Amino acid sequence: MEKKIINPQKDILVLDKVSKQFGGIQAVEDFSMTMKEGELRCLIGPNGAGKTTVFKMVMGVYMASSGRILFKGEDITSLKASKRARKGMSIKMQVPGVYEEMTLRENIRIAAENYVPKKDLETEIDRLIELVHIKDLGNPLVKNMSHGQQQWLEIAMALASNPDLLLLDEPAAGLGPEETDFTAELVTELNNQGLSILFIEHDMNFVKKIANDVTVMYYGKKFVEGPIDEVVNNPEVIRIYLGNS
Amino acid sequence: MFAYFYQFIDSVSFLVLAALGMAIIYGMMGITNMAQGELIMIGAYVTDLTVNLLGLPLGIAIACGALFSGVVGLILDRLVVRHLYDRPLDSIVVTWGLSIAISQLTFIIFGSSMKGIAIPFGSFTVAGKSYSYYKLMLIAIALVLIIATFVVFKFTRFGLHSRATMQNREIANSLGVNADRMNAGTFMLGAALAGLCGGLYLPAMALTPNYGDSFLVQSFVTVLVGGADPLIGTVFAGGGLGFVEGILDMRLNTFYGKIGILLIAILFIRILPKGFSGLYNSVQMDIKTRRNKRGGALA
Repeated sequence: MEKKIINPQKDILVLDKVSKQFGGIQAVEDFSMTMKEGELRCLIGPNGAGKTTVFKMVMGVYMASSGRILFKGEDITSLKASKRARKGMSIKMQVPGVYEEMTLRENIRIAAENYVPKKDLETEIDRLIELVHIKDLGNPLVKNMSHGQQQWLEIAMALASNPDLLLLDEPAAGLGPEETDFTAELVTELNNQGLSILFIEHDMNFVKKIANDVTVMYYGKKFVEGPIDEVVNNPEVIRIYLGNS
Repeated sequence: MFAYFYQFIDSVSFLVLAALGMAIIYGMMGITNMAQGELIMIGAYVTDLTVNLLGLPLGIAIACGALFSGVVGLILDRLVVRHLYDRPLDSIVVTWGLSIAISQLTFIIFGSSMKGIAIPFGSFTVAGKSYSYYKLMLIAIALVLIIATFVVFKFTRFGLHSRATMQNREIANSLGVNADRMNAGTFMLGAALAGLCGGLYLPAMALTPNYGDSFLVQSFVTVLVGGADPLIGTVFAGGGLGFVEGILDMRLNTFYGKIGILLIAILFIRILPKGFSGLYNSVQMDIKTRRNKRGGALA
């Protein structure tokens, strides 16, 4: 992956009073957040706080009920997910968003075909497979791969578009200690290459290891935001989410 | 013996040509298109008008019929079907309503019947019985279409993206695949195949506004017995049903042939509700499990 040229003063993602209602349920309410280029930020909060809903609104899987979403300065609030993806945004879903009935290479090909010239496609697929350390598997049907391998495959698929913003929904969920360590290294390396990354995670060791800034959500609203060391020592955050353990 | 073989492959090609479009729409989009018969009828009408009014050759007329049905399919998808992507039961009722509207509109515009076209290419004789060369050509076309469909869905970008959209629309969208466009393209392809079938069988059948009904039952049963995989399903169901229908047609008559395939449909709903595709998948899974166990034992 080529190192991206970034301007840390420039906003890459702005959520301006974004809300989402499902029938009578207010999943997210007036949520605002700004991310700078090259930032590695984590969204944390108890289950049901609205984190995944925010992710899906950013990606365009759910349309916001109100508020504005700006990506690289452009208002993308009403754009479909496929158009947002083509503007340089990609996502790894909470439940591995891979095609289980297809092969590993077919999965990456679907993701890469819209962005990579045909003559470079196979080389790019090889590069992505190597990047996420699943080269030794060959080309199995995805349903025969482990959960961790599927998570990495999905990250490879998300990277196929050479995005400017990567959304990772629980990248360490269900992984063993070694797999979690590799995922942390991978995310850090991608960020060092200039990729802006917003991720959701419950594993606080993982979060402390890689995130610089953290936004805490609670009952669909932003609760607090700041550097990781400040947030994890905030008594209110400890009360509502982290506990005393 | 040749008579049985001819009848069998004739039945198989009829079922495959009639069902392929419906199977693609059902397998890829989950939509049971009850207006498929009318798309077949539209293809036949355009073929008839192109030959009898414009005087163009039959081959070009059939291609025009397929193209026109494809365009009608695209319009139906954009106006109606796209609102039913995640509503399989509603799609049956709405497309059934569309089928009634289209056939009645055709009756109002063109009346109760059309001139039709004579069957081309002549015939040949085996053991004192006469057989049509044209029907042999239909068999070859059915075979070519199956291979072409396999190639399109397995090896082309459209096929890969279409399968991706079928398996998970949300992921496909997030990867930059325009799922709406893939569905529209798939519905258009299914409609064009219906139009092609209508044009191909025009020389062999009388053309009325109810022309599509002759195909709808068989194609519906073939898709039902075949299951969700448009290729595996159509090939196996077409083969199995064609065998039963062919034998019954020859031994008794066409009425019993149709009763035979309906009985098979009932048996499949009871015993194999996922059809041949489901059976194929479970056999594959069994083989894989056995292989894994053997691998584990060796390790």
